[in-house]
Order: sequence, then structure tokens, then C-alpha cells
Amino acid sequence: MKNVELFNVSKSYEKQKEVISDISVSIEPGEFFVLVGPSGCGKSTILRMIAGLEDITKGSLRIDGNEVNLLPPSKRDISMVFQNYALYPHLNVEENIVFGLDVKKVKKFERKERCMEVAEMLGLTDYLKRKPRHLSGGQRQRVALARAIVNQAPICLMDEPLSNLDAKLRAHMRSEIRQIQRKLKITMIYVTHDQVEAMTMGDRIMILNEGKIQQVGKPIDVYNAPANPFVAQFIGSPPMNLATANINLSKQELSIGGRLKLSIPSNDLQSYQEDTVTLGIRPEYLKIVNSINTKSTNNYLDVKVEHVEVLGNETIVSFQLDTYRWQAKWNGQWNVDVGDIVPIAINYESICLFNSASGHLIKGPTQVENHIIHEVTV
Amino acid sequence: MRWVKKGLVYIILSIAALLIFFPILYAFLISFMTGGELLQGNIFPERFHLENYQKAFDRLPLAHYLLNSLIISLSVMLGQLVVSAMAAYAFVFIPFKGRTLLFFIFISTMMIPWEATMIPNFMTIQKLDWINTYQGLTVPFFAIAFGTFLLRQHFKTIPKELHEASEVAGLSKFRFFIKVVLPYCKTSLVTLGAYGFLTTWNMYLWPLLATNNDSVRTVQIGLKQLQTQEMATEWGVVMAGVIVVIIPTLILLFLGQKQLQKGLAQGALK
Repeated sequence: MKNVELFNVSKSYEKQKEVISDISVSIEPGEFFVLVGPSGCGKSTILRMIAGLEDITKGSLRIDGNEVNLLPPSKRDISMVFQNYALYPHLNVEENIVFGLDVKKVKKFERKERCMEVAEMLGLTDYLKRKPRHLSGGQRQRVALARAIVNQAPICLMDEPLSNLDAKLRAHMRSEIRQIQRKLKITMIYVTHDQVEAMTMGDRIMILNEGKIQQVGKPIDVYNAPANPFVAQFIGSPPMNLATANINLSKQELSIGGRLKLSIPSNDLQSYQEDTVTLGIRPEYLKIVNSINTKSTNNYLDVKVEHVEVLGNETIVSFQLDTYRWQAKWNGQWNVDVGDIVPIAINYESICLFNSASGHLIKGPTQVENHIIHEVTV
Repeated sequence: MRWVKKGLVYIILSIAALLIFFPILYAFLISFMTGGELLQGNIFPERFHLENYQKAFDRLPLAHYLLNSLIISLSVMLGQLVVSAMAAYAFVFIPFKGRTLLFFIFISTMMIPWEATMIPNFMTIQKLDWINTYQGLTVPFFAIAFGTFLLRQHFKTIPKELHEASEVAGLSKFRFFIKVVLPYCKTSLVTLGAYGFLTTWNMYLWPLLATNNDSVRTVQIGLKQLQTQEMATEWGVVMAGVIVVIIPTLILLFLGQKQLQKGLAQGALK
């Protein structure tokens, strides 16, 4: 177990614009750390800089407290899994797994022993004599994984390792990689563009956009209190709904397009200085109003349904709000047709507000459906 | 219907094959004829006897020439493989300023006909006192632009992740070359090897220039000697020599045909 620290790390190609700017983060020993962001955000570049496959233009990279900026990849105590697995096509599975070991001067019987151990862990024992081209995608993925863990490096880097697998296998491998990481207590740095992988696998995640850190934190904290609208829309599926809202301090009101008005509790008033803010709300907090009583207040909105997706356990309804397309997610199956008018309620407690100029979070949701298992079973 | 079509195709292919193969076939038949039979314009010899072969071997140190050819062809082949592979590796995996430009200059030497470089080459080996030596017949052919080009194109298809993975694993550059690059590009190496072997085996002008006694002379020159030793050439004997000389070529072709096609196609595509 080793920690990895980045101090003000930047990267630019041929003195052009920086593709990575000023990244500082400390990755704890034994942590599963996920770098996530849209394609082209520089997440792979950061990983490759940690691996030593790319130079670091500015800043310092430390592994276990020692600066390693100039060390070659092999001296950094890392292993790496590539997106396309990078298996040697002319070697069979066993030779692929032990490929790095003879360079490290591991004795022959120990090589064999370690190979058998990881092969068993990953269910590859039957395929040891096969060439990579005779394996399925999932099996190749396992070989790549086996090769990464067989040399017992304390740090493992993974560059979108699951993106070539089909959805079912991906879900399975997610938990498998996570279990292996826990078992071997490896410090894992994992790059993905898939927010589901980030949410489900990471101890902490770092969201990147255009080479800059957007937010670092536990997945659930990032989900509940996104630092800015970008994170809000990137994490979560369907993404968080956004709209411009006006604040009227004298009336203690927050209005969206003049149609929906929410009263602001007096405690919160002093935190608002601006007139317009960006409002965000998760699709699952957009509730349908179905009793007449609640309709009496004006915190609901009649919307015209434009699209419905019934997924069996949940229903996603899309509608237009001013110029924004919003989506609401309800549990269960709802019999809604396109064109129906539906009353939607918005709670002040479940919205996020962002500064419309800087994008900073002003207010996060205070009421989240956060269940604790002991309370449920009572 | 399908059978008729297939049969037709086979007939046409057989005729084409026969046409192309005819000179060799005829040479094979002539090699069993006496001079008289040949002059009558026979196509098939009256009986198959090995007299001409006997004569060919008697008249010339043919076995010795064959051995020379074999040594020279094999060493040129190996030399070309080593030099081209290493050069191609440098052009693909070692980044340096002006790499592409240098490569194009390197490639442009393919446009210079080999004959034009013959005089400087000859003077060089003369100065080195390499006339009538194996190295005089082999070393000038070690570096060829074509081989470097062929291998470079194939090396470039190696995914860069393989290079990076071996960097992470801690392989040295040379080990990566030996353990990953060469096995990965086996087909191109076989192609280049066969190509190098055949061109050298069939080389005539250079061995003629660089030798003036029998010590390292090759078979191709031997064939010429069979022709001109007497006033009226005994074609039967010459053809017997020809057949003996082309046998190794044919064996190589049969053995490497699959690889050769694969390799050449690969080079062509990329």
C-alpha cells in the first residue's frame, strides 16, 4: 500500500495551451480512486503521467513521499491495465500473465505458483495454454487483470478497462475488480467515462472537465451536493434538471420562469445575494401531485409530457420547462401518455442552487431519501 | 450448373498454370535429352536417363558452387533481417528529430538502380581486399531500404499499448525488440527472409565481378560456364544444371508460400 500525491501538476504539449492544469490531489494508501469525466477531459493523461508514460510539464508527483517525476515507469512500483488489454498476441495466457515477472527476476517455480494463484482467483485455470485471440472479451479482460495483479505492485492503474465489454459483463467485472482491490489492499487509480462505474466502485471520485478538477469526494457526497452544474449533470442518470431561477428577497420567494414559486425559509435568506441563480433538481425529487389537498399551495407546476420511458421498476417522463428539457423519475410503472398534463411538485428542501456566474454551489438538498438499514427493519 | 462453372474455372486455371510453368517444364524435359533429340524438336525425351546430370556435375564443381550459393544466400538473408529489423525498430520506436525526413531519404535510395552503385561498391571491396571472399559477396547487400520499409510498416501496426505495457513491466528496449516486436512481426520477417534469399540466390552480375576463381563462385555463374565452355552448347547438360539450381528456390517457395503471401499483402495494405 502506497499513497500517490499530485502537487499542482500541469501538462501542455509543445508549449501550447495546457491540457491539464494545476491538479492537486492526495490518494490514500489502499484507496479506490476514480478519475471520471467526459472524453477529452484529460483523465487518461493524468493516469499516464502517474504511470510515467507521459512527461509532467509542471508540478510534482510523489509516490510514498518521494518525488518520482523523472523515474521510468518500471521504477514506480505500479502495474497497469490498458483499455484494449495490451495482451501479447504471440504468447499464451500463462506467458502473458508472467511476462513481467522474469524481468523482475522472480524464480521460475515462484512465477508458476503466483500465476496459478491469480489464475484461480480470476477463473482462468482452464485457459492458461490458449492464445489471447482464442479468448472472449471478458476472458481477455481477466488476463489483463491477472497480469496487473500478479506482480504484486502496491499501486494499480486502470485506463477504462471495462469499456470494451457488454453491459452485463461490465456490471459483473465492476464488483469483481472492487473485490480484488479490497482483498489485496491495492491502491487503485481507475479512469472511466462512465459515471455508473465511478459511483459504484470508487471510495472517492474526482470529476474532471477540460483538464481541471471539478470536484473530489465520496460518490454519494458528490451526488448529493455537486459542486457545480457540470458535476450535477455528469453524475446521475438521468442527469440533474437545471433551470434559471429568480430570487425575490423581499417576498422571500424563488420563482422559476414566473410559473412556480417557492418560499425561502428566513434562515436561508442571508446566503442569497444575487437575483438570478441556477436551480438544479434530481429527477427522482420531482414528485407527481395526485391529491387535491396539496394542489392548494402554489408549489406545483402543470407540465405537458413529451416522452415516456417505462423501465418496469421506474418510469422516466420528459417535459419542457421554459427552454429546458426536464426529466422526472418515478418509482414503479406509471400509465402516462405523451401529451398528458401532469402536476409536478418541487420541494424547496430537495433543490440545489448554483451561482449563475461562477457555478458554485450555494445550497444543496437538505432532504435526501437516505435510508439506514436498521431503521427499515424495525 | 455450379459444377460446370467450377470445372470451367479449373480448366482455365490449369491452362494458365501450364503456360506459365511451360519453360521450366520444358527445361526439365530437355535435361533428359541428348543433343540430337533436342535438334529434332522433340518435346518428350525418348527415355529418362541421368547422363546430362552426371555430365553437369563432372564438368563443373557444381556441388561446390551450390554450397557457395547457399552460404552466401543464407548470410545475406540473415544480415538483411538483422540490419533491417534494427533500423525499422529505430524508425518506429525511438523518437528523434527529423525521423520522418530521414526515413524518406532512406526510402528514396530505393529509386537508385542497384547497378549504379556497383562501381563504388566494387572499389570499396577491392580496397578492403575482399575480392574472392564471402564477405565481399554478402556485406554490400545487408542494408536494403526495401526491407527496412517493409518491416517498419509492420512494426507500426504494433499497438502502442504493447510498448507501454512492457515499459511498465520494466523490459529494456532490446528485450522488447526480441521478445515482442520480432515475434509479433514473424510473417514480415519470413517474407523478407525469403525475398532476400531468392534475390541473392539468383544474383549474377555481382558474383561475376567480385570473383575471379572458383573459391566462392555461385551457381548462377556456373550455369553460364556450362554454356560457353564449348563451341556448340550442350543444352541438355545446361538444363540439367538449371534444374539442379532451381530446386532450392522451389523448395523455399513451397515451404514459405503461405507466409510469403500474407506478408506481402500486409506490407501492401498499410
